[in-house]
Amino acid sequence: MADDALIEFSKVNFSYGPRPILKGVDMRMSRGQVIAIMGGSGSGKTTLLRLIGGEVRPSAGSVTVAGQVVHELGRNELFRLRRKMGMLFQFGALFTDLSVFDNVAFQMREHTNLPESMIRDLVLMKLHAVGLRGACHLMPAQLSGGMARRVALARSIALDPMLMMFDEPFTGLDPISLSVIGGLIRRLTDTLGMTSILVTHDVQESLRIVDYIYFLADGVIAAHGTPDEVRESKVPFVHQFIHGETDGPVPFHYQAQAYSQDLDIGVMER
Amino acid sequence: MIGMISLAKRIKTIIESIGHRVVDSIWRLGCATRFVLLVLLKSMPGFLRFHLITREIYFAGVLSLIIILVSGLFVGMVLGLQGYETLQKFGSESAVGTLVALSLVRELGPVIAALLFASRAGSAMTAEIGLMKATEQLAAMGMMAVDPIARIVAPRFWGGVFSMPLLAAMFSVMGVFGGYLVTVVFIGVDEGSFWSQMQSSVDFRYDIVNGVIKSCFFGVVITAIAVFEGFDAPPTAEGVSGATTRTVVTSSLAILGLDFVLTAFMFRGVS
Repeated sequence: MADDALIEFSKVNFSYGPRPILKGVDMRMSRGQVIAIMGGSGSGKTTLLRLIGGEVRPSAGSVTVAGQVVHELGRNELFRLRRKMGMLFQFGALFTDLSVFDNVAFQMREHTNLPESMIRDLVLMKLHAVGLRGACHLMPAQLSGGMARRVALARSIALDPMLMMFDEPFTGLDPISLSVIGGLIRRLTDTLGMTSILVTHDVQESLRIVDYIYFLADGVIAAHGTPDEVRESKVPFVHQFIHGETDGPVPFHYQAQAYSQDLDIGVMER
Repeated sequence: MIGMISLAKRIKTIIESIGHRVVDSIWRLGCATRFVLLVLLKSMPGFLRFHLITREIYFAGVLSLIIILVSGLFVGMVLGLQGYETLQKFGSESAVGTLVALSLVRELGPVIAALLFASRAGSAMTAEIGLMKATEQLAAMGMMAVDPIARIVAPRFWGGVFSMPLLAAMFSVMGVFGGYLVTVVFIGVDEGSFWSQMQSSVDFRYDIVNGVIKSCFFGVVITAIAVFEGFDAPPTAEGVSGATTRTVVTSSLAILGLDFVLTAFMFRGVS
């Protein structure tokens, strides 16, 4: 990877109460790339995004974004940094009491003093970029899942962020919407010159659009590489994940005591 | 002996669980107080963009008008009927106007309007904020560098605080009209004595202002509970429904308890 890292994780530990989630994670993410973070459910992928956004603090180590250590920032500095970030939540998280237009205009109205006529033009441009200029008067309840995510994408790029984070952007989408969202992520990253981080389970779509992939398992980076390197990987976890095998390093059964013990078979025999 | 030990264990468990509940309640009260202070500290942006508060006054106040006005009318009608029934035994039916007005402006207006407000607007506020949390709208706002307490909670808080005294006043006005309708129009009590006795017995500062002060207190308590419960709700369907129920139950009890305290301070047998 190139040296101009926008984000750097340095020996990051994080735990929810006594349960450790991340154990000494090291990562470097370069500017202008689309990077995917993959791993099983509950492996701490979303926590990585929350650490970058400063929603939670690491218990050890540091996360650096654009040269600033996130957990050392004061509230105002953190909010200033967040203005340069965008985040697409799993189901869009559109404000349900605002129309599509007002959702996209939200950040512009909150953070800038632009005249309403200019905000109107900018909103229509952002909506045009995601193909939903014609839906600007609709309410979020009138949108399909894919449309809602495209509007949320337009809203997150409203102030042209340097960094976009996508939390499971492909979940629950039909193949066409999935392809549209995937294409938009790649195209917007290239045209706006931003960096995109994708937390996802969708192997095929991710391999198609990303530049680099990190695999997270048991709180550590199990493997990383370009899509071609990942396809050829012999690492058992990566192989199981890419090919969707039911058993392997990630077992089918959740940890439990012996089956015979649970069914009291030993007791019956006695 | 074994029975004694198990009894002692059960008593220990019960005492422990009571202790946990008490500690949890005090901890939660502390959190709520801290949250309300935070809301007050972050209220300035809402006042600078007053249309945010106006919008909440519409949702909490204007949309509660129907239930407040209709309830006020019926409460006033019942008061008139019951008051007339009792007073006529002593030949004092002309004092029914005084009875209706004093009952309403001192007690029933602020208290019943507050109970209705808690059920109608308080629960809606909790559900709305709780659902915004459950659907990650508050988190999204935070990630956009917009403080959800300043942008979402504070305008709702002030919208509720401003609406409550106005609604209580409208409740009392409708109640007096209901009493007038039943006693003067239907029963035939003398209209002149109905209004003149009311006018001479109801003191503006002592009765009306104290009633308004009560409703202001109720407004603060209800909306504080409603916004805290919404913001603190676990982000699940069950969590939001539990928070909504807690808003109605807690604020209803708080209204009745606070009413006694305020009444004890305001009306101590003077005049």
